[in-house]
Amino acid sequence: MPFFEALGVSVSFGGLTALRRVGFEVNQGEVFSIIGPNGAGKTTIFNCISRFYDVDEGRFIFKGRDLTRVSPHSVAELGIARTFQNIELFRNATVIENLLLGRHRHRRSNLLTEVFFSGSVRRQEVGNREKAEEVIDFLDLQAYRDQTVAGLPYGVQKIVELGRALTMEPELLLLDEPSAGMNMEEIEDLAFWITDIKEELGITIIMVEHNMGLVQEISDRVLALNFGETIAQGAPREVLAHPEVRNAYLGEEEAFASG
Amino acid sequence: MRFIMKKDYYQDIRLFKYRSTFFWYAALIVGCGLVPLVLDDYLLSQLTFVCMYSIATVGLMLLTGYTGQISLGHAAFFAIGAYTSAVLTSKGLPFLLALPAAGLLAGLVGIFIGLPALRLSGLYLAIATMGFSFIVDEILVRWESLTRGNMGMIVEFPSIGPFSFSTETRYYYLTLTVLVLTLLAARNILRSPTGRAMIAIRDSEVAAQAMGISLARFKTTAFAISAFFTGAAGSLYAHKLTFINPESFTILVSIEFLAMIIIGGLGSLHGAVYGAAFIIFLPQVILMSKNYLPTYLSEQTGLESALYGLMIILFILFEPLGLYGRWLKTKFYFQMFPLYKKDTFRREKKFFKAERR
Repeated sequence: MPFFEALGVSVSFGGLTALRRVGFEVNQGEVFSIIGPNGAGKTTIFNCISRFYDVDEGRFIFKGRDLTRVSPHSVAELGIARTFQNIELFRNATVIENLLLGRHRHRRSNLLTEVFFSGSVRRQEVGNREKAEEVIDFLDLQAYRDQTVAGLPYGVQKIVELGRALTMEPELLLLDEPSAGMNMEEIEDLAFWITDIKEELGITIIMVEHNMGLVQEISDRVLALNFGETIAQGAPREVLAHPEVRNAYLGEEEAFASG
Repeated sequence: MRFIMKKDYYQDIRLFKYRSTFFWYAALIVGCGLVPLVLDDYLLSQLTFVCMYSIATVGLMLLTGYTGQISLGHAAFFAIGAYTSAVLTSKGLPFLLALPAAGLLAGLVGIFIGLPALRLSGLYLAIATMGFSFIVDEILVRWESLTRGNMGMIVEFPSIGPFSFSTETRYYYLTLTVLVLTLLAARNILRSPTGRAMIAIRDSEVAAQAMGISLARFKTTAFAISAFFTGAAGSLYAHKLTFINPESFTILVSIEFLAMIIIGGLGSLHGAVYGAAFIIFLPQVILMSKNYLPTYLSEQTGLESALYGLMIILFILFEPLGLYGRWLKTKFYFQMFPLYKKDTFRREKKFFKAERR
């Protein structure tokens, strides 16, 4: 049984087909990248996994469970964390509070014990802090710990979002264009972190990414999409060299030749 | 500026950040306890109203300031609390049970009112909750066998055992105690997962879901908690006035609650209390200052209402963070003295604007 599997997934919005019978498998412990030009349907895949969109046909299977039938918040409870293309942080909260929210799926307390802040709630909260501080340490966020997210630079906000996903201690991590808006230095750091997340924390990653250098460097396998259809799938080098992929990214042969 | 060496994680969570903070809160409580020695009955009763309204605004603050769900229906929860307590005590139930029962029933109704919030937000939610408030009002008027309709109900002074809260001072202590308990409970909720989930829903519903937060569950929870506190405040209100009728719980009360939390400063518990104090004492201050005005001004009709409205408008214009924001700035000024720059807070605001997508 594969760790994560998409089976013939189709999605359309009105007359527009966003995904047409897309299928792929992700093995445990690998970095799986999804590439494709704008509008190819990459983020749509993520939004279907998160249950923000309904699929028309097909299924997503995570560890043998059909994801297309659960409610949006249960996806996180099953152990799938994600980041967003346009940063969806809790803007008026501090970095540490954002990270602590990642602990929500590990909540063991109930409203009554929380009102009295009983010993068990206290222990749980101290545990949550410990985990959040570990992530702060891991991603070098100490300097921003108590700052409000809204005032932070874009690149840092992206890292905070990654951190929030990590405090969830997920088994599968969905990264939506993690390097967008980052400078070269930040992208290098990101490459190290993603590799560390895979190797040290043992988290499987599915990543949508436009930076081909990063894709080639860190992914184990790549899926290329164009207009909602699979055009190539396999090892990064092969996929990036695939003529149809080059076509999709660079247009016609002539454009490619001159560019 | 003060720096503390943190040695364990609990230091980040505890109620009082510094030892001095604890000292000041203790001093405040002692001060509030001593107030009846100085104030006359009239002012003391105004202070009782501040405490009472604060309990309700803490409830509304949790819902609007922290969860981001607006409500124009809190007068209804207030009314449900008041009538529940009035009816139960008239049937012989002790006040000590009627007070939480009033909160619980309001909370229960709050769950149902939370349901439309799953589909509505902003102005639409405001209208829906307002509609609910009209329904409750209508029920109170029509259900004469229970509420005596527009004739109103006489409510007894509350008592615990043989001890009756019949004097101003005793009632003040009762309300103050309930307020302190309310604030403690609210603080505890806010520093645990439920409170964080509420803030998450306010800032980004999409991200909240991605964290595993069930919108349905936590929005209704927020409504229930909020209604619980407001209902308890309603019970205290009924026993303070010893007479209630549906006219005491009109839409104006809901609007007043909203004005209190906005003037106090959305998103802070301090703000809930400051706002209540401001709205209740403002008319008093205006009345008192009337004596110092020239006669042709002070005898104008409608002067109070006009000044009252003007003050609120000015506040929202020049201090959008509310009284609590003003307090933070003043505190910061003294902490940073003499390095404080006038632009410290302004720059941040400009940045917000540029960042807005």
